[in-house]
Amino acid sequence: MKRWTMETLVGLFVIVGVASLSYLAIKLGKLEVVGSRGDTVLAEFDSVAGLKAGSVVEIAGVEVGRVREIGLKNYRAVVAMSIDPGVKLQDDAIVSIRTKGLIGEKYIRITPGASDKVVQPGGRLRDTEDPVDMEQLISNYIFGKL
Amino acid sequence: MTSPLEAVGRVALAQVQGMGRMTMFLGSACFWACLPPLKLRRIVRQIHFIGVKSVSVILLTAIFTGMVLGLQGYYTLRKFGSEALLGTAVALSLIRELGPVMAALMVTARAGSATAAEIGIMRITEQIDALTAMAVNPMKYLVVPRVIAGVIAVPLLTAIFDVVGIYGGYLVGVKLLGISSGTYFSEMRNAVEMSDINGGFLKSLSFGIIVTWVCTYKGYYTGHGAEGVVKSTTEAVVLSSVLVLVWDYFMTSLLF
Repeated sequence: MKRWTMETLVGLFVIVGVASLSYLAIKLGKLEVVGSRGDTVLAEFDSVAGLKAGSVVEIAGVEVGRVREIGLKNYRAVVAMSIDPGVKLQDDAIVSIRTKGLIGEKYIRITPGASDKVVQPGGRLRDTEDPVDMEQLISNYIFGKL
Repeated sequence: MTSPLEAVGRVALAQVQGMGRMTMFLGSACFWACLPPLKLRRIVRQIHFIGVKSVSVILLTAIFTGMVLGLQGYYTLRKFGSEALLGTAVALSLIRELGPVMAALMVTARAGSATAAEIGIMRITEQIDALTAMAVNPMKYLVVPRVIAGVIAVPLLTAIFDVVGIYGGYLVGVKLLGISSGTYFSEMRNAVEMSDINGGFLKSLSFGIIVTWVCTYKGYYTGHGAEGVVKSTTEAVVLSSVLVLVWDYFMTSLLF
C-alpha cells in the first residue's frame, strides 16, 4: 500500500510536469503539434521591414492566421501566410503591413475585397500595401514635403 | 621547508586533481547508466524524493517569484507607459532565466543536501564498502538512479515553476494592478518563441545533471567521521549552487 502511494504520487508529478511543459510549448511557444493548420497564401511586398515569421494576420482585428515564411524573389519580399481553413479571401483583397500601436510590432491586415473570385490555397494576393515608415513620415513633416 | 611557491603548486595540483576526479565520476556514472539492468524501482523512488517532495517548495517560491516580477515589472514598465508588456516581461524572465535557475537551487537546497549527507553517512559507516563486498556496484546502486531521477525531475519542476510563476504574475498584474487579462496573455503569446522554451528546457536538463552529480560526488568521497559529512554536505550545496549559476551564464551565451 505504501509503495503504491509513492508510485501514484510520482505518476501524478510526471503528468503535471508534462502538462505544464506542453502548456508552455503549445500555448506560448506556438508549437504546432498536428502539422501546420490552414492554407498557404502568398503576397509580394517592396518592403516587409519589421515583419517576422510568426507575425499575426488579421481581418477586422480578428486573428485568422500567421506568417509562415518570408523569402526574397526578384528583390521583392514574398510573404507566405497560413490562413485558417474556412476563411475565404477574394482575389482583390488588400494586404497591408501595419503596426500595433505607435511602437508595437508589425502585423498583416487583410481588407476583404468585393470580387467573386476566391484565392485558392497556394494562390497569390496582388494588392499589397507596404509598411508605413515612421521616420520617413516624421522627416517629411519636419522638412515640409507632405 | 615549504616555500610559498611549493604551497601554490600544491593547491593548484589538488584543485586540478579534484576536478579530474569529479569528471571521472560523472563519466563512470554515465557509463553505468548506459548498461542495461536499470534499477527502475530505485529511479522511481528517487524521482519521488527529488521531484514529488520538492513540489510544495517549488509552488511556494514560484508563486512569489511571479508575483514580485509582476510588481517590479509593472513599476519599471510604467515609466515608459508600456504596462501592456508586463506579461511578456514576466514570462520571458521566468522561462529563460528564473525558472530553471530557481528550480535547480531549490532542488539543491532540499534534495541535494540530503543526498550528499545520506551517501556520506553510508560511506563513513562503511555501507558502501559492504555493497562492494556483496558485489553490488555502488555507482549503479546509489549514483545512477539519482542522476537519472535528477534529469527527469528538474525539467518537470522547472515547467511547473514557469506556469505557476506566470499565474503569480497574473495575480498581481491583472487582479491587483488592473492590467486587462487579455493584454497580459496575448502580449505574452506574441513574444515568447519556441526557442525560448527549448533554451529553458535544455538549461534545466543540464542543471538536473549538475545538481545530482555534485551532490552524489561530494557524499561519495566524504571525509572522516561526522565532521567529514558536515563538510561535504556544505560543500555539495555551495558548489552545486555556484556551478548552476556559472553554467547558466555559459548556457545563456551559447543558446541565445
